[in-house]
Amino acid sequence: MSLWKIAWRSIQRRWVASLLTAISMALGVGLVVAVLLIVGIVQESFRNNTSLGYNLIVGAPTGGRLQLVLNTVYYLSQPIGNVNYNVYQNFLGAAERTDGRDGIYRPYVDFAIPVCLGDYYQGFRVVGTTAQLFDEFQFDPERQRKFEFTHGRNFRFRDAEHGFFEAVLGAAVVRETKLKLGDKISVAHGEPSGRTHESGFTIVGILKSSGTPVDRAVFVNMEGFLLLDGHAKPVAADDTAGDQVEHAVEPTEPPTNGTPTHGTIHDLAAMEPLPIEQRQVTSLLVKTSSLLVTEQLRRKINDSQEAQAVLPVREIYGLFDAIIRPIQQLLLVITALICVVSGIGILVSIYNSMSDRQHEIAVMRALGAGRSTVMWVVLFESILLSVGGGLLGWIGGHAIVAAVSPQIEARTGVQVGLFQLAPRERLWELSTAAGTLKMDVSPEVLLVPCLIVLAILVGLLPALAAYRTDVSRALSASP
Amino acid sequence: MLDVADLKKAFVEPGGGHLPVLDIPRFQLAAAEQMVLMGSSGGGKTTLLHVISGISRPDSGRVTIDGLEIGRLSESGRDQFRAEKIGYVFQTFNLLPGFTALENVLLGMTFRREKVDRTWAKELLRRVGLEHRLQHRPPAMSVGEQQRVAVARALANRPRLLLADEPTANVDPANQQHVVDLIRNTCRDEQIALLVVTHAPEVACQFERVDRLEDINLVVQNRRKGPASGGLR
Repeated sequence: MSLWKIAWRSIQRRWVASLLTAISMALGVGLVVAVLLIVGIVQESFRNNTSLGYNLIVGAPTGGRLQLVLNTVYYLSQPIGNVNYNVYQNFLGAAERTDGRDGIYRPYVDFAIPVCLGDYYQGFRVVGTTAQLFDEFQFDPERQRKFEFTHGRNFRFRDAEHGFFEAVLGAAVVRETKLKLGDKISVAHGEPSGRTHESGFTIVGILKSSGTPVDRAVFVNMEGFLLLDGHAKPVAADDTAGDQVEHAVEPTEPPTNGTPTHGTIHDLAAMEPLPIEQRQVTSLLVKTSSLLVTEQLRRKINDSQEAQAVLPVREIYGLFDAIIRPIQQLLLVITALICVVSGIGILVSIYNSMSDRQHEIAVMRALGAGRSTVMWVVLFESILLSVGGGLLGWIGGHAIVAAVSPQIEARTGVQVGLFQLAPRERLWELSTAAGTLKMDVSPEVLLVPCLIVLAILVGLLPALAAYRTDVSRALSASP
Repeated sequence: MLDVADLKKAFVEPGGGHLPVLDIPRFQLAAAEQMVLMGSSGGGKTTLLHVISGISRPDSGRVTIDGLEIGRLSESGRDQFRAEKIGYVFQTFNLLPGFTALENVLLGMTFRREKVDRTWAKELLRRVGLEHRLQHRPPAMSVGEQQRVAVARALANRPRLLLADEPTANVDPANQQHVVDLIRNTCRDEQIALLVVTHAPEVACQFERVDRLEDINLVVQNRRKGPASGGLR
């Protein structure tokens, strides 16, 4: 009969205490697994958002780089200011410009998509942009993924019925506002509770969830956005870069506080585009024609002092390392401590039963078991409780995350399978003359060896008590 | 087969003094011989069995079994020797309650070097009349059945010497003779030397050789001559 079986019989004999101990370990490990998986989801979500499809963001020269990235990529924080429309025009080709010449930055780029921010609809960011964002842009170039529509279509530059006032909604916006195709929305100016613009946008498209911040934004035709009252740059204003959003026109009607409206406020189809000299945009999403010219273009733009260009991936990873990674590590430390506490539970459970089992140990010793043999029986019992509980927790953690995976996928676009391991981390790396040796493993793979080490550590004290059992005295005591 | 010479053993008292328990100039048992060692409670019978089996070490003297002086062995060597050569039947059976009857018998051969022989374990349980109780745990068995399992376990490692400490003390009268017959017959069949410690005359009278502990243990003799001392195990 193996020592494992002897240990198992001992667990069975004290099944209530053993079960509670194993459940405590299962909860600890389940939490560790859930945190590891969630960390993986956050990383994957970050990766999705850093695989942006563009590699430069151009914005107002004033303000911080991180803030520019936060409000352009994640639609968070306040816009830092606007850049003149001529900066955007510098990225356009001859066909798109009135002077018939390529813009000065055109040779460096594949595309530049303008983004106008500052308005809200029921707390969601309203983004004025061009149809290019949904027609051509690939938000995940590695997998050639473009934004897709579940209902309707992209907004048109100028629709015969709605003019410049068409809107497309992110999936999360639709989920929370219950808006549908054909509804008209009036957006709030400047802040979520700001006054409501008079002109309404008609919803013509609903986007499929992409797991990106696009899910949580309302997209409107930039031409319509610029025509909203307060968005035009006053012609009398100084034409310098970095102007804050001006509120040139006060509303003539009371605000409707962002509720859908039905009915024509203006003859929208008849409105003409805003003159170029009155235009400004918040930022530009730029994809350079090659990575080699990215740095060159960034310097060129920054030297011009009319705008600043930042590398979003660098800022995002900086943010990730500065804020999110420490939180992840803190969570992991807390959950690891929970496992250690569960391990101490095993220690207490076994140690408390030592007086009870000393007689059994003495009997085994009388039958010829050595001191080290009975010590191993106790250690095996600790390992069985720890690893058994850990496996239960592993399955439980995966089951819980799998159960909420539809919601996770809807919100982040990250799919989590039932037994999909947390992403691999670098275990070790060694630089040699022949190259770099490295080993990447999922932290979950390390759970079992960690649990065994923990079990041996916590089992050591009762195991030593077993080792030191006075056989003669224990046999003489009543069983 | 068993040769005990100049054996002395004392316990340390709580006050720090020494309480002599055993002082045996000579005690022998031949191969396959069956004998009873009688003595009153507290005479040191169990201590002697512990010393013979290597569970306890003597303070001085020699215990030689099958030509091997076990005092020269390390503790792990004595453990191994016990696992290979000695069977032990306890007064209180000492079956492990979490194990089935078969597993308790298998435990008797788990700690020796050879592989566990399940066929032999089942055969032993058949011989003690428990072939229908293999998967029963001790709490579900009668006292007589438990002692029969204990006997089977003591024989599981095919010992050269079987030590039985008051094997019938906790068994009801109806089963006492059955247990004695079982031990004696099996030892005879397997050529195992048998040393039974008891204070029951009805058990002792069935053996050809009956020694009294007070005849071989000078500590008991001295105690009778001198003032009374505290009880011994």
